[in-house]
Parts: sequence; C-alpha cells; structure tokens
Amino acid sequence: MALIEAINPLLTAGWAKGDAGWGIKEYEARGGYQALKRILAEKMTQDQVIAEVKTSVLRGRGGAGFPTGLKWSFMPKGAPVKYVVCNTDEGEPGTFKDRDILRYDPHAVIEGMIIAGYAVGAALGYNYIHGEIFELYERFEQALAEARAAGYLGKNILGAGLDFDLFAHQGWGAYICGEESALLESIEGKKGQPRFKPPFPAQVGLFGKPTTINNTETFAAIPFVFRIGGSAYLDLGKPNNGGTKLFSVSGHVNKPGNYEVPMGTPFAKLLEMAGGMRGGRKLKAVIPGGSSAPVLSADIIMDCTLDYDSIAKAGSMLGSGAVIVMDETVCMVQALERLSWFYYEESCGQCTPCREGTGWLHKIIHRIEHGQGRPEDLDLLLELGGNIAGRTICALGDAAVLPVQGMLRHFRAEFEYHIEHKKCLVPREVQKAGSTFHTRMMAGAAC
Amino acid sequence: MLSQESLKRIDGEVAKYPAGQQQSAVMAALRIAQEEKGWLAGETIEFVAGYLGMPAIAAYEVASFYNMYDLQPVGKYKLTVCTNLPCALSGGVHAADYLKQKLGIEFNETTPDGKFTLKEGECMGACGDAPVMLVNNVRMKSFMTPDEIEKLLAECK
Amino acid sequence: MLELEIDGKALQVADGSTVIDAAHQAGVYIPHFCYHKKLSIAANCRMCLVQVEKAPKPLPACATPVTNGMKVFTHSDMAVKAQQGVMEFLLINHPLDCPICDQGGECQLQDLAVGYGGSRSRYQEEKRVVVNKNLGPLVSTDMTRCINCTRCVRFTQEIAGQMELGQAFRGDRAEIMPFIEKTVDSELSGNIIDLCPVGALTSKPFRFAARSWELARRQSVSPHDALGSNLIVQVKHDRVYRVLPFENEDINECWLSDKDRFSYEGLNSGERLTKPMLKQGGVWKEVEWNQALDYAAHALRDVANEHGGGAVGALVSPHATLEEMVLAGKLMRGLGSENIDFRLRRSDFSGQRAGVPWLGMRIAELNKLDRALVVGAFLRKDHPLIAQRLRQAAKRGTQVSVIHSADDDLLMPLAGKLIAAPSQLPERLAQVVKAAAELKGAAFDMKVAVSPEAKQIAASLVSGQNAAILLGNFAQQHAKAATLNWLAQQLAEILGCRFGFLGEAANSVGGYAAGAVPGANGLDAARMLAEPRQAYLVLGAEAELDCADGRQALAALKQAASVIVLSPFKSAAALEYADAILPIAPFTETSGTFVNAEGRVQSFQAVNRPLGETRPGWKVLRVLANVLKLDGFDHESSEDVREECLGGTGGALLDSLDNAISGVAVELAASAAGLERVAEVPIHFADPLVRRAESLQRTKDAAAPTARMNAATLAALRVAAGSPVKVSRGDAPSILVAALDAGLADNCVRIAAGHASTLNLGALTGALKVEPA
Ligand SMILES: Cc1cc2nc3c(=O)[nH]c(=O)nc-3n(C[C@H](O)[C@H](O)[C@H](O)COP(=O)(O)O)c2cc1C
Ligand code: SF4
Ligand code: FES
Repeated sequence: MALIEAINPLLTAGWAKGDAGWGIKEYEARGGYQALKRILAEKMTQDQVIAEVKTSVLRGRGGAGFPTGLKWSFMPKGAPVKYVVCNTDEGEPGTFKDRDILRYDPHAVIEGMIIAGYAVGAALGYNYIHGEIFELYERFEQALAEARAAGYLGKNILGAGLDFDLFAHQGWGAYICGEESALLESIEGKKGQPRFKPPFPAQVGLFGKPTTINNTETFAAIPFVFRIGGSAYLDLGKPNNGGTKLFSVSGHVNKPGNYEVPMGTPFAKLLEMAGGMRGGRKLKAVIPGGSSAPVLSADIIMDCTLDYDSIAKAGSMLGSGAVIVMDETVCMVQALERLSWFYYEESCGQCTPCREGTGWLHKIIHRIEHGQGRPEDLDLLLELGGNIAGRTICALGDAAVLPVQGMLRHFRAEFEYHIEHKKCLVPREVQKAGSTFHTRMMAGAAC
Repeated sequence: MLSQESLKRIDGEVAKYPAGQQQSAVMAALRIAQEEKGWLAGETIEFVAGYLGMPAIAAYEVASFYNMYDLQPVGKYKLTVCTNLPCALSGGVHAADYLKQKLGIEFNETTPDGKFTLKEGECMGACGDAPVMLVNNVRMKSFMTPDEIEKLLAECK
Repeated sequence: MLELEIDGKALQVADGSTVIDAAHQAGVYIPHFCYHKKLSIAANCRMCLVQVEKAPKPLPACATPVTNGMKVFTHSDMAVKAQQGVMEFLLINHPLDCPICDQGGECQLQDLAVGYGGSRSRYQEEKRVVVNKNLGPLVSTDMTRCINCTRCVRFTQEIAGQMELGQAFRGDRAEIMPFIEKTVDSELSGNIIDLCPVGALTSKPFRFAARSWELARRQSVSPHDALGSNLIVQVKHDRVYRVLPFENEDINECWLSDKDRFSYEGLNSGERLTKPMLKQGGVWKEVEWNQALDYAAHALRDVANEHGGGAVGALVSPHATLEEMVLAGKLMRGLGSENIDFRLRRSDFSGQRAGVPWLGMRIAELNKLDRALVVGAFLRKDHPLIAQRLRQAAKRGTQVSVIHSADDDLLMPLAGKLIAAPSQLPERLAQVVKAAAELKGAAFDMKVAVSPEAKQIAASLVSGQNAAILLGNFAQQHAKAATLNWLAQQLAEILGCRFGFLGEAANSVGGYAAGAVPGANGLDAARMLAEPRQAYLVLGAEAELDCADGRQALAALKQAASVIVLSPFKSAAALEYADAILPIAPFTETSGTFVNAEGRVQSFQAVNRPLGETRPGWKVLRVLANVLKLDGFDHESSEDVREECLGGTGGALLDSLDNAISGVAVELAASAAGLERVAEVPIHFADPLVRRAESLQRTKDAAAPTARMNAATLAALRVAAGSPVKVSRGDAPSILVAALDAGLADNCVRIAAGHASTLNLGALTGALKVEPA
C-alpha cells in the first residue's frame, strides 16, 4: 500500500517494512507500549486517562465521529463486569484502513485497547474482525500471544496490578455487524441484528454488561495520543478535529491506498498524494466517507478540507474516511444501482422500512438503469427514502438512502436522461475510455 | 460427527468467552465445521448447535445470516470476487467476467468437475487492492489482473 | 412516577413505562404489530412510530421509555406520515387477497391498512413469494403473508421456553421457520396462531372451515386441566368450529394450551352418541329416553334392593361438572350407597382431610413466589400454563426445585433436583424436610440421611421469603400419596410457607365440594374396583383408561350385573361392559360449573344445542332420580343445583379449602421388586374428549407409549433402544418398543397410561416385568 508520510510513528511508520514490521519487537522498537508503561508507571487515574483522551479531541474513526473520551466517560463507574470491544468489521465500501492497521500494526490496537480497558475499568476485551480478512484474524491472534507472553495481557500486567485480557472474534460476512449493537449480538453468537437504543452499550452492552466500542483506528490512535500528549495530538489536526486520520483512497486514482494526513488537509492534497487522476481523466465526483456518504461533485469536493466539519458543511460526511474517486467515464445511475444493491443485500431484515424499502429502491434504480424508468420514479425514490431514513433501529436505513439523495442532488440530470432517452448521458466512447469500470448490472443496461 | 481435531479447535474458541457464553463460539464452530466438511449440511449445523448447547434453529439463523457459510455444497475452490463499486471502478467486474469465461460458469455455479465455485462478494475491505477475491473464504488475493488469475487457477490443483 | 402528555392528555405513569404503556393507560390506541405485552420488545415493525416533542425523528412507542415531561403526539403529521410510510412498506410484498385469506376479517394488517394504507399501490415491481413450512398438525402456514414481526419466534423462546422457530436468512429474504425438517411441538404451540397479526400462521384444524364473522362467540371454561382456562368457543349451526382464549390475567392470561384449544375436534367425533342405547339380549339398540331411564332406574334399584345399597358404586369423571357430581352423589345416597368417587387415578386414600385440597394459593400468586418446590409432577404436560407461569417467574429470579421420578426438561433453570424411583420419592422428600429442619433449627425426628441434592433444595427454599410446595398429579396418584402430602405439610410448616396441589382435572377441587367422595363406610374408587360391585354408574369416564388400574376396572365392570354409563361417547369397551349408555352433553352443550385448582367457581352456559338426543348430564341424573322416586330432585336448572351445593354465586372462591391432613401412617422406603413403573398420563390421552381430538392425536405428544428406561437399565436387560420388549404384570404381556430416557432412575420403566396399548399393564404404580421380546 502506498504511504507518503508517516505522522503517527506507532501506526503508519511501521508500514514501510510491509509484512516484516508487525511483530512486537518491531512495535516496541518504534516506541510501542511506552504509553501503557507510562500510564501505569505514573499511576495515572482512570479519570486522568479519559481526560487526556478528551483533550486530544480524538473522534471515533468508525464513521460517526463521536468524541472518544466522552464515550469512555459514559461507562458506569461501579459496575463489576465491563467490556471493551474493537470494531474491525470494516465492510463499508471504500474503506480498507483497518485491514492495514491489523496487517502492519496489530500491537497499536492491542495497546490502545489495554489503555481503554484500564480507563473504563474493563478486564476483558474482544476484537471483532470481519471474516474476509481471516489471515489477519490469525495474525492478530499471534500478536495477542506475543503480547500475553510479554506480560502486556493477562493478570497483573507489568506488575502494576492491572488485569486485562483480549481475544479475537471472527465475523463471517455481514456488513451490518459493523453497526456496534449488531456486532455485540454477533459476539454473543447470534445473527447480527442491531439492538434498539436506548439502552446504549455503555449501559447494556456485551452479555448485558456495560461496554465501550471503538473502531480499530480509534484504538490504534490511542498510544500516540499518550505518546505526544492530548493537546499536541489535537494540534496536529484542526480544532474539534484532533490528530491525523487514515484516508482510504480508491477508484480512479493512480495510486489507490491509505494515506495518513492531519485532519483539515485539503482534499486536493490527498488527491495529489494518491497520484492524481488515473489516465489524466477529469474528476467527476467523490464519495468522501464510504459508500453511505452522499456523493459530492468535483467542484464541491475540490473546495473541501478533510475533516468532519468541512465535509458536513458541503452536505456529506467524513464517515470512515473512505474516499471513492470517480472520473468522467462513470455513469452515476450505474454506480448508484450497484450501491443500492449492496444495501438491499446487507439489510439485516428486522425493520420494515429497511427490509422492504432497500429492495424497492434498488428495483426502481435497476429499472432506470435498464431503460425502464418512469418520470415519477425520481420523486418516488426521494419519498421512499424519506420513509426509510430515521425510521429504523440502526443507521443502515439512513445509509441506504443517503447515496440516493446525494446522487439525485448532484446528478439528477443523468437520471432524467436515462428515463427519457433510455440511454446514458455519458457517451459510450467516454465510458469506454475508463474501461476498468462497469458494474455487474451491465447486461441490458441503458449505458 | 466432527473430528477430534475440529472439536479441539472449537473448544479453544469456547474458552475465549465467559462461562456460560459458549454460544459465542458458534460462528467459529460453524466455520471450523465448514472447513472440515466442505459445507454446512443440516446435520452438521444441528451437531454444532448440540455441542454448544443452543437450539438448532438458533445456529441455523447464524449459518443463514452470514454470507460466508455455505448451506449448499461448493467446489473444492470457492472463488468470491468483490464487485462492489470501489472494486468495480478498478476492474472488479472484469475479473469476475474473466473467471466466468475461463471456467464456463456463472456466479453461484460450480464447474462440472466440482473444482471451482464462483461467488459474487460484497466489499471485503480491500478496495485499494482491486480487483480482489477470496479463495475458500480465508485467502485474500489482491490485484487480480488476468495474469494473476491465470496464476491462481494454475495453483489450484 | 413520571408525568407526560399524550395528544394533549396529561397523565402519570410508573417509572420504566414505555410510550405504548402510557398510551394504553390513557386509552389512546397506537397501531402496532410486533409489540405484544407478554413478549420482549423487538421494535422491528415500526408501525408504532409517534412524534415526541424535541425528537427530530419519529420514535417507536413500544420501545421508547417515557421521560418526565415528555409530550407525545400520536396523530400529528409527522406521526401519521411515518405510520403510513410503514404501512406502505408492509403491503408491497403482502398478498392483497384478503377474501381468500384465512385470517380475513380478523387480521390486524387488514384492519390497519384500512386506516393507514393508500388507496393505490405505488409498488409496481414483482412481489416476493415465500415457501410454506410444515409446523405439524396444528398450525398451518402461508408464509408469503408473514410480516416478520417475530412474535411467534419470541413466543417459542420466551413463553414456551424452547426456541422452535427462528428467523433465518436476512434482509427481505428473511424467513420464519423451524429448524430443517422440524415441526413446532410445544404443548403451547397454538398460541402463535393468535399472536400472528396476519394470516401467515393459522389453525390447521380450522383451516378454511368458516369465516370468522359467521361464527358466534360464546364464553366457556376448559374442561381439561385444573387451571380452568377461560375460553371463547366459536360456533356455527350448533357445531364448534374453533376455540380461542378468553383473556383472564388471573387464570390463563392470554394463552391456551393446545389441549384446551384443539380438543373441540373431539366434540365432532364420529363416536358421539345421539340416542340412548340399551343392550337387550346381547344386542345394542337405540331407544327412547323414557325407556332407557326406566331401564337404568330398575337396574340400579334391583341391585340395591337385592344386595343392599353398598352393591352399587359410582365412578365419576373428575372432568364432570359440579352439578353432575352433586346429583350423582345424591342419587347414590338415595339408593343407600356411599360408594362414589371422582378420584379415579388415585390409589392411596388414607389420612383425614380437614377440607377440600387445593392449590394452596391463587394461581396469579405463583408468579410472585421466590422459591418453589414441585413434587411429583409432569409439569409441562400436566399443567402447561402453570409451567409457563413458573418459567416466567424463574426468569425473574424465582428458584424452582424439583423432586420427581422423571427428569423431563422443564425449559427453565432449576435450583435443585432429586430424581428417584417412585417408591423412593417419600424418602427423598423427607430428606429435604430434614435438611430444611436442620437449617431452620426446627424439629423433625424422622431418620433419613440427607443427600447433598436435598441439602441444596432445602437451602434454596430456606433462603426465600415467599416459597411454596406444589404436589403434582404424579404425587397424588402415588402409592404413598398421603405420606407425600404429610411430608409437604411438614416442610411447609418448617418453612412457614404454603403448599398445595396442582390439581389433576377440571373439577378435582369441585368433586370434593360436590360430595362426589365416599361417605362413612363408603368405598373409594380403588376399593370399588378391587372389591367389585354388582352395579356401577359410570359418569363421563372411560374407566378402563381413566382409572388407576384400567385392567382391574375393566374386569370389575365386566363382572357387574349392571353398568349404566352416562357419556357423550360410545366406546368399544363400554359396549362390552355396559348395559345402558345414556348420551350426556359435553361441556359445550350443557351449563355447569368447574372449580379450578385455586378454588375458583367458574360456571358456564351451553354454547350450542346438544347433538341429537343428547341431554345435559345434570338433567339426566335428575330425571333418573325422579324415576327412582328419590326425594330432593326438583331442580329446574343447573344453577339450582349449584346453589344447593355452594349456596353462593359463580365466580367466587370456595370457602372450605384446606390442605391439612392427619392420621397418616407415614412410611418412607418401600422397595419394589422388578422394574418400577413410572406412569404419566400423556397430555392428549388424559380424558375422553381429548382422546378423540384428531389433530392432537397426530402430535408428537400423542405418540404411542414406549417402554422408556435409562441406559443402565436397558443394558442390564440387554435391550437396545428401538427394539421391542415384552412388558407384563402377571399374565398377558404387552409388546412395546424400548426407548432411552436418560433422566430416569435405575430400574425404572416409564410407560404411559391412558392408552389402550398399555391397559394390560394394570396399575399406574408398582413393579413390572420387562424382557427382550
Ligand atoms: C450500518 C453501519 C455499519 C457500520 N460499520 C462500521 C464498521 O465497519 N466499522 C466501524 O468501526 N464502525 C462502523 N459503524 C459505526 C459503529 O456503529 C460505531 O459507531 C463505531 O464502531 C464506534 O467507534 P468509534 O466511536 O471509534 O468510531 C457502522 C455503523 C452502521 C450504522
Ligand atoms: S435499519 Fe436495516 S439493518 Fe438496521 S436494524 Fe433495521 S433492518 Fe436491520
Ligand atoms: S410495535 Fe413498535 S416497532 Fe413494532
């Protein structure tokens, strides 16, 4: 994977060595486990640890951007049994950063989770790793064995009286398990159907006990926060958007890959780091935060900086930091058709609007793409979207609707053209020029 | 019903969870059973459920919910190609088409010699490596250009 | 308490209430499908979305906790739009063919669609089809209609205690199903029909038999177990088409056991009698009532005159109405006989009772117990809804312990259990009494060695505030029933708690109140058969299947000079031993009263006219007494009879309830030679009506009896499970299939009673010989 700059040495600095750099020795050589040692040596209190994380304004890297320190502070103090859970379910199309973290820096996650366990008073943790990266699940188990052997996990860690153990739990192919309560159900050995909230996991989580869940990257950032201090971490980024973040750049760029940049970096800079547009073609649109984020047109995204606030202002979401870059060869109807299939396929099936609505959305878009659109379809799509979003147990309902709304906001003309002319607004020669793209729905399509 | 080896591995998974929560190991147990048997027949699922002390239908809910369990027999090599948008932008569908043509099968079909099954996958969290595919659920293959696909097929004996 | 406003109405609700609870309290209806007050909250249908002030999105009323000062709008634009949106989604894949749907007319989806659905569907795509599932003989499926509310799934998990249904697959491929090739076998399965808000799960026996609006709904009371479930019986043209629960939180809540729900098929059985019958010169003839009554009166009178009143005995079904029992008792006494009993399956009648034995508490109080010891009960099958209550209680922390001869899964956690051969049960119970006495520092001077299991049970009981000891049918039918009763009484005294009887049948408590028990010098059921009489009056029972020793009963009846049977049904056995069979009405065709286990007097009216020339049993008995010219039989109605017996009105509690027993010759160990029989009366073999309910007879619970033994016993006999064995008591062996029952004690053989194939084995208790066949 391409990597231009390594700012967080505990995280991406190790990546340069590729598969040779993930072991505990390498990690320690980069300064790994120093944060944990310092916390224990200095006998920082739980509140002090949480305060430091609050100061850093590290915001959750799993998509919602919730401030991590605040989340940790929700854990009830008295409860005898609590858990820490790491979310490595990474299934949001466009996102592939957690995979590289586990590949090159599993110990950063382990260290982050131990610190979290200490801060919230949990003695047991699980890392939920999606099934598709089973090799990294196995690697993570090896890393756990290393950490256990080195005295970082288990009873009386580093002689400081801290007990914490950690295990890996394997997913097996369900995007919805990235949703935190579905993930907990899955660890409990059930289907991944999200739970109604409240109660939130911090009150009733894994096995009914208070639980803190964070994304892999969030945990991996923790050691660095303590290494350089909370306020220094904040200063790396922008106010209210602390630190650095990994951006997964995919699609029509020359060098797809993960890039660690400070929060607030201009999008243009990231595009440049990713080698610019493939074949020198024109940028058409970008989905800035994973497939659930509304698409932004080229002119809008080129004015954005990469942080939660700027992207939100532009009408989308930073989400998981998955930047899907599309050039002028892309038919937006076809692109949306593929995404809407994904949400239909991945709906867990419990809420009526999501179970029934995602399929309906897909069927309509499929028709439009295949030259059978009707003039009233676009308004129907928006109305159905309104009947799904915000009406479901989890945010998958919203996630299925946001791409539709985004596409119709910025590229409605393309959809209208498909309906009216039963063919694509993007001329065939232009599409051909980007021959690396077509979706599974090509047969009989109007493109 | 399952080999001692598989049962030992399942026991290892059970040990990860607090006492009384052995159901947590069902995902791993079904994976291990699938690995041994090739696919998850009803009796296999029932056995796993019994082993973990959970209702058979609860295990079936799990086996039918997660994509990577095979409730029907599959070929010796199950190839799952990601065709989601980010991959499609970088040749994911072309890779799938290449395989379809090469193997003479469509998605969800198995070659007559029982060697290959082709599946369409959703995002595997490796979009930067597109085209990506999984071999038998557990081996991820990146940058699957036609040349790489040929190499892979040659390796699959 | 929390204060809130719903649609402008201010109210106060208890802490922890949800918006839907509050709305219910305020009398505001919020549409819903997945929510059910007895089930966990799923919040998946989203039909109950309402607007809450300050919330940016509509919230599900069923799952949203009330907060102080909350303002809820159930009919605002936001709420109505949300509800309409959900309704549209529910209908896109739902067939819109209500006229051919079995749920038509009583479908929540249909009802709500009228209020919330659009007039025209905007869905122009193809509809989903879901394949049907075979759930067994009772529940029919039409899965394309399923809206995935998961009520049925949650019912099997939470109420029935065993997850027999699940929601497999995901997204719109999600399907409700049992595990591959499995059916739903719970004794409570029929409730999922009521729970299903659409036509996906319907009654198989009722399927397409009638439309709901053609049926008259009449209230009644179940004639089966001692719970006395309240029923709605649905009738058309004097035929019962369906039985549904009548909700009564104190008794059956909103549930029915499958027996209560589907036994009505027996009412329509081909074996129903339509005219009185007499056997003349060895040939059965249908006759007119006056002829039949004359005959019966003379036969009884002749025997009484010739041999004394004591030569006549009456065997009364514990499922008979109070009124029938009262008149049968009076009639016997009028003939000069004290030989009458309804306790047909009991064998130990010793000890003196202070009053009418009963549950010892109200049924609803079962849920509030914090400790319970259940002694000698096939709890799930004999008392399905009491088992359900204890299961719910156990979920909230009630510790339930068991002493029994079988270890069937009660589908609830147990705090302790002692499983032993029937002959050992008194000793085991005594161990617990002893252990409890030691823990409490109370006196109990019986010599028993306390086992760790007994100690565990005692410790659990002692640790509670509100415990109870419950004796089941098996304990009551036990050869040392009085000893068990006495020991339970000792234990209750030591613990300062209550004890009682779960109750064998619909009128087991009523039978005592009605005086259908022998008076001074009278013979109880067992002695009436052990010392055969010259004449018998058999009321509502099939003695060969309903008595403790069917073989002996059959022999006694066959040798009698005269047997007068009053029954709704004809049976091969009765045709052999009786000389007059008088068709009396089943519970649906007569008014009457059952007194349930808690002593609640529940009267009911006929729901339809008697079949053919069938007459209500109380009337037949009254006229028979009139023909016999006995005094005191001038009742005009069944109410008159009840009044005479109870004085009060229906619906009240009996006042003579008292479980105390004295004068028991307490005897602990009695070891039996050979293999000890463990006999249950399977749920669907327990009375003449249910035995004739065809669909129930096709359930797993109605499987033919086998000879069940544990592995050690099978091995000692050198028989493999699945192979035939010869089982005998004395002569005339029966051939049964051996089966493994790991939960039995050594040297026990579990063989069900109430079935023709095990009639030859005689008594419910005692030793049997088992050998490879
Ligand atoms: C449909 C859906 C999918 C999600 N997928 C992921 C995921 O793959 N990885 C992840 O970390 N969070 C995912 N989330 C967000 C999690 O629910 C949760 O907010 C996050 O793990 C919290 O961690 P953070 O605070 O560190 O971001 C998803 C949420 C939804 C609604
Ligand atoms: S919104 Fe969709 S994925 Fe989320 S809980 Fe509801 S049905 Fe499941
Ligand atoms: S009743 Fe509330 S979501 Fe179904």
